[in-house]
Amino acid sequence: MKNKILTTLIVFTMGVSVSYAQSPEERGLEVAKAADAADTGFGSSTVELRMILKNKNGQVSERKMSTKTLEMETDGDKSLIIFNTPKDVKGTSTLTFTHRVGSDDQWLYLPSISRVKRISSNNKSGPFMGSEFAYEDLSSQEVEKYTYKFLKSEGNFLIVEQDPVDPKSGYTRRVVTYNKDKGYRIEKSEFYDRKDTLLKTLDYSGYKQYKNKYWRAGQMKMVNHQSNKETTLEFSDYNFEKELTEDDFSQNSLKRAGN
Amino acid sequence: MKVKSGVNYYSSRFYINKKDMKKYIVTVILSFTIYCGFTQEEKGPSLTHDFELELEGEYRYFFDEASFNNQENNFPSIAVRPEYSLEWNKGYESLNFKGFFRLDVDDERTHWDIRELYYQKAKSNWEISIGLKKVYWGVTESNHLVDIINQTDAVESFDGEKKLGQPMVQYSLSTNFGTFDAFYLPYHRKRTFAGSKGRFRFSDVLNKDDFGYESDAEEWHQDFALRYAHSIGIFDVGLSHFYGTGREPLFDFDAFGNINAFYPIINQTGLDVQITHNAFLWKLESIYRTSDAQDFFAAVGGVEFTISNIKNTGIDVGLIGEYLYDERDELALNALQNDIFFGSRIAFNDIQSTEILLGGITDLENSSKIFSIEGSRRFGESMKVEIEGRFLNNVDDNEFILSNFQNDSFLRITLFKYF
Repeated sequence: MKNKILTTLIVFTMGVSVSYAQSPEERGLEVAKAADAADTGFGSSTVELRMILKNKNGQVSERKMSTKTLEMETDGDKSLIIFNTPKDVKGTSTLTFTHRVGSDDQWLYLPSISRVKRISSNNKSGPFMGSEFAYEDLSSQEVEKYTYKFLKSEGNFLIVEQDPVDPKSGYTRRVVTYNKDKGYRIEKSEFYDRKDTLLKTLDYSGYKQYKNKYWRAGQMKMVNHQSNKETTLEFSDYNFEKELTEDDFSQNSLKRAGN
Repeated sequence: MKVKSGVNYYSSRFYINKKDMKKYIVTVILSFTIYCGFTQEEKGPSLTHDFELELEGEYRYFFDEASFNNQENNFPSIAVRPEYSLEWNKGYESLNFKGFFRLDVDDERTHWDIRELYYQKAKSNWEISIGLKKVYWGVTESNHLVDIINQTDAVESFDGEKKLGQPMVQYSLSTNFGTFDAFYLPYHRKRTFAGSKGRFRFSDVLNKDDFGYESDAEEWHQDFALRYAHSIGIFDVGLSHFYGTGREPLFDFDAFGNINAFYPIINQTGLDVQITHNAFLWKLESIYRTSDAQDFFAAVGGVEFTISNIKNTGIDVGLIGEYLYDERDELALNALQNDIFFGSRIAFNDIQSTEILLGGITDLENSSKIFSIEGSRRFGESMKVEIEGRFLNNVDDNEFILSNFQNDSFLRITLFKYF
């Protein structure tokens, strides 16, 4: 008993002293790494996606997509997005190889002319399909793509500022709230534009845990405070059992997905 | 100068040996049915299928008085595109169908086609497709030199990007050092030409029987193609070879000025390269084609640069410049022999996906110019409107082909409805 108390005391003191010895930058990076580690090992997943766009007058427009993701051990994830509606873009698909460092590789398939086009991943800040999500909001979140600063903790919540490394990002920073007790899942992100004014807030809700480890949100709601428009993403039919391989993320798979 | 579109309009008439084609299609469908039956027994019936229908109403208006007798100015038209796909074996096996029918003022533009009807099976790193299919090769915007598998549906569009379904067996293998494709192409399809009421024709209406074949096997000459493609870092490279009956007809003139038009047996080697570096896409396509009647080299190369999300409006503006070279002389069909293409693609990235494409081709040796504008915008969830304008300016009278089309500037508006 004495020993236990002592150990606890030592661990506690050490813990405190460690966290005091850490700079906010180091602690921020530590949280980002912990979140990354908590999500490591999922292998591959597929999910159905409904995107609901609402303009400032409340008019609603909807699009549906299917997404496949493959975790890569030594580099960023690979993903395949297939558009199902609106019907004029049905079958249009994108294949993305994210890289931890440097530009992502991206191909677009246009089913009407059966053409695969390599496209520039330079456009990070532009809107994805007319929505309030920028391309960079939806791309794979790799630790190396930001620098970090720990801001504060509130109960289970750890609040970390993230500054994008890429100068082409539309943001000066984002402020991300992690839930330490739930596998470091993200509860909320606030995006600050290049003038450092609050641009958007993204709220995550309807979390479910898969394979007893991986937390996935059922809904992500992005509100643009400057334009008063909002976009909601609804995720359904998460499947972690498909055991996809790199062969499912080739240019041939991209063409198959769109046909 | 000659423009791709001109080429297509010059050399087309809906001519297929319908009996043979039907026989072929029936065989293909039968083998599908048998194969599907077997597969289902093995894997269990987890089938997913999908039916889509697209209706189109179109109006083309040619504002200049016609060059030749019988040519019309107004072309209302309707088209229908049914699509059906059936997938099983976790999506690794499928049957795909895309049909097409158009009704037009021009009898020759009234036509139907099976764009695609093929069975496909994919397993780990390989894939096989059997049936009528469409395949696209290439990277450039103003001309599609390397793309050779499918015949152009030349009455269908000005830009030549609409294609006829090509019977084939395609085997594709993806490896760590690139993708290898082998094609067996057992049947050739001729191009369609505008009829007497149609624009983009010559003083004489070209008849389907005007075009013969170099090969005694005619449309049944057995053609083959190979392609190797690799994406490595910022490079996307494709190397291809085609042997068989060419998709472009060749025009021979005898001493009396009579035209002998036919589809030659050709060998064509193609190279396409794209370098994607930041906002720049550097593109090159080139071909070397040999046949008994003609050997030549052609190339198109240039750059596309996109300024994205201008002033946080979400608007992207792309600027495209390409140089086109063709070694063939004026009599040749695809004689974009020394021209410059410039264009701009404006994407508004709004909810309606509004897009505008402006372009121009100018001959570096004479006065001929073609300007174009294309735009599209979605309405609601299931409608789309497209506009297209093509303006032929100062066409040089010495242009062998284009001079026939100098009064064929037009505006088109098309409404699409999706079900």
